[in-house]
Amino acid sequence: MDALDQMMAAFAAAGGDRAVLADADTAHLMVDGHRILSSRGIEGIEVVARETPSGLSATVRVRQGVRITRPVHLCFGMLHKKGSQHVRMAVQVEKDASVSFIAHCIFPGAEEVIHTMDADVVVGEGAEMHYVESHFHGLAGGVEAIPKAVINVAENGRYLGEFNLVSGRVGRLAIDYLVQVQKNGVVELLARVFGHGSDSIDVREKVVLAGENARGLIKTRVAVEDEASAEITGITEGNAAGARGHVDCMEIVKDHGVASAIPLVRVTNPLAKVTHEAAIGSVDKKQLETLMLHGLSPEEAVEVIVRGMLR
Amino acid sequence: MDQGGDLPGGPVLLNSHMPLLAIKNLSFQVGAVKILDDLSLSVEAAQVHAVLGTNGTGKSTLAYLIAGCKGYRPTAGAIFFDGQAIQALPLHERAQLGITMAWQEPVRFEGISVADYLTLNNRDLDPAPFLELAGLDPARYLSRMVDRSLSGGERKRIELASIVALRPRLAIFDEPDSGIDMLSLSDIANVIKVCRENGSAVLLITHREEIALIADQASQICHGRMVCSGQPSEVAAYYKSRQCAACDMGGGGDGCS
Repeated sequence: MDALDQMMAAFAAAGGDRAVLADADTAHLMVDGHRILSSRGIEGIEVVARETPSGLSATVRVRQGVRITRPVHLCFGMLHKKGSQHVRMAVQVEKDASVSFIAHCIFPGAEEVIHTMDADVVVGEGAEMHYVESHFHGLAGGVEAIPKAVINVAENGRYLGEFNLVSGRVGRLAIDYLVQVQKNGVVELLARVFGHGSDSIDVREKVVLAGENARGLIKTRVAVEDEASAEITGITEGNAAGARGHVDCMEIVKDHGVASAIPLVRVTNPLAKVTHEAAIGSVDKKQLETLMLHGLSPEEAVEVIVRGMLR
Repeated sequence: MDQGGDLPGGPVLLNSHMPLLAIKNLSFQVGAVKILDDLSLSVEAAQVHAVLGTNGTGKSTLAYLIAGCKGYRPTAGAIFFDGQAIQALPLHERAQLGITMAWQEPVRFEGISVADYLTLNNRDLDPAPFLELAGLDPARYLSRMVDRSLSGGERKRIELASIVALRPRLAIFDEPDSGIDMLSLSDIANVIKVCRENGSAVLLITHREEIALIADQASQICHGRMVCSGQPSEVAAYYKSRQCAACDMGGGGDGCS
C-alpha cells in the first residue's frame, strides 16, 4: 500500500469520505508529513500548495462572488510515528463569495509528532466561510498540536469555525486564534475537546468586535478524565456601537482531571455589550438522575452526557 | 395490611395482598425541620393515585424519596415496591425495578435529540406516537435537541412522552401541568390514561384539584402529613375547602372521610 492509499485509509477511518477525494467537482488537498499526496482546485477556487523543508505552504483563494457548493476537503496528516509537520495556510474568500472547508488532521500512529499550523484567513466583504477541523491523534498521546490562526472578517462577512478532537488521545493541544470582526460581521468559534490520560489542553481564542453591530460567539465544550488538564481562555472585546459578544464555556471533569476557564471580556464602547458564562464541574446531578430514571446505568448516563456535550 | 419484615431492607414476608407501592410511616427531616411526618400511602398496579397539596407541603420530597434521588433517604419508615424494601437502593437500581419520574422542571441536555431521548433505553422504539400523544408534531420535534432552544412547555411535553415510552411499572409525575397551558390538560389526561392502559401505576403529584380528578384514588398532604385519602372527588372537595389549613389533624390521615 503506498502513502496515498494509507492516508486514504486513515482518512476514511477518521470519518472522512474517500469518494469526495475522487470527485472532480470537489476541491481538495491531502498531505502526509511534508509531501503533497493529492490536490485539486475547481472553477472559482484556486488551491496552490508547495512542499517546504518543514512541511507545507498553501494558499486557497475563492474568487469574488463565487459560491462553492461542495465543501473543500483538506487532509493534513502523518503516517510516520515520529516527525514534525508545519503547515502555513493563507485563505482568502473574496467579496460576496462563500465556501465551506472540512479539514482532517490525522496522526493515527503518532508517538512523537509535532504538528503546527499558522493560518492567515481573510473573509471579504459580504463573504462567508465555514471551517470545520477534526483531529485524530491516535491512542498514544504522542502528538503536540499547535494551531494558530489570525482571521479578519470584513464588513457583513461571516466566519464560522469548529474545532473537534473528541476521539482518541489529545497529547498536547495549544490553540491560539485571533479574530477581528468589522461592521455587521459575524464570527462563531466552537471547540470540542475530550482529554484522557495525561493530555494537556490549552485553548485561547480572542474575538475583537471592531465594527458597529459586529457579533461574536466563543463556545467551548471540554471534558477531561484520568489526569488530563484543560485551560480555556475566551476573550472578547466590544469596541464599537451595537457590538454583541458572548463567551460560553462548559467543562466536565472526571477522575483526577483538572479544568479551568478564563473568560475575559472588555468593552470600550458604551453601546457595546459582551457577556460570558462558564460552568465547570462533574456531571450535572439532575441530568445524571434523569438519564438513570430512563433506565441507564450511572456509567452509561455519564457517557451520554459527555458525548452529548461534545457532539 | 401488614407487610411484616424488618426495616430497612431485607426480605419481606407478606401475609396479605401487597400493593405495588407501599409507603409505611415515612418521615424525612432536614436538620430540625420535618418535611414528611409519619406518612403512609399505597398504590396498586395500573392505578392512578393523585397526591394533592399546596406548595411546600412535601409532595416533591415524597417523589424524590420514592425515586431515590441523591440526598433523599428516609429518616424513618420504609418504602416497598412489589414487596421489596427499596429505601436503601440507589436511584438507578430502583429505575431498573421499573420506577421512573418526570420532574416538575425537566433538565436540558446539549447534543441529545428528542428522538435519542425518547429511545435511550430502547433504540428500536418508534418515538413518533409518544410525541403525538403528548401533543407535539414528530416531524417538527424529533430532530430537535433537548436543550435550551425548547420552551418550558415543549420540554415538559417531551418528558411526559418519554415516560410513557419507557412503559414503567410506576411513573411518578411531579406537577405535570406546571408550565403547560390550561388548554393542554387534556393532553396530560391522555398521557396518564395511556400509562394506565399500559399497566403502569401512576403517582400523580399536583396542587390542582382538577388534575387530581383524573386519578382512581387521591390523597392530600398537608405540612408533610397525609390528612385525607379516598375518592378523588372527595379529596378534591376537601382540599378545596382548605379545612386543614391549620394542619392540626391529630396525627393526620382520613381527615376527609
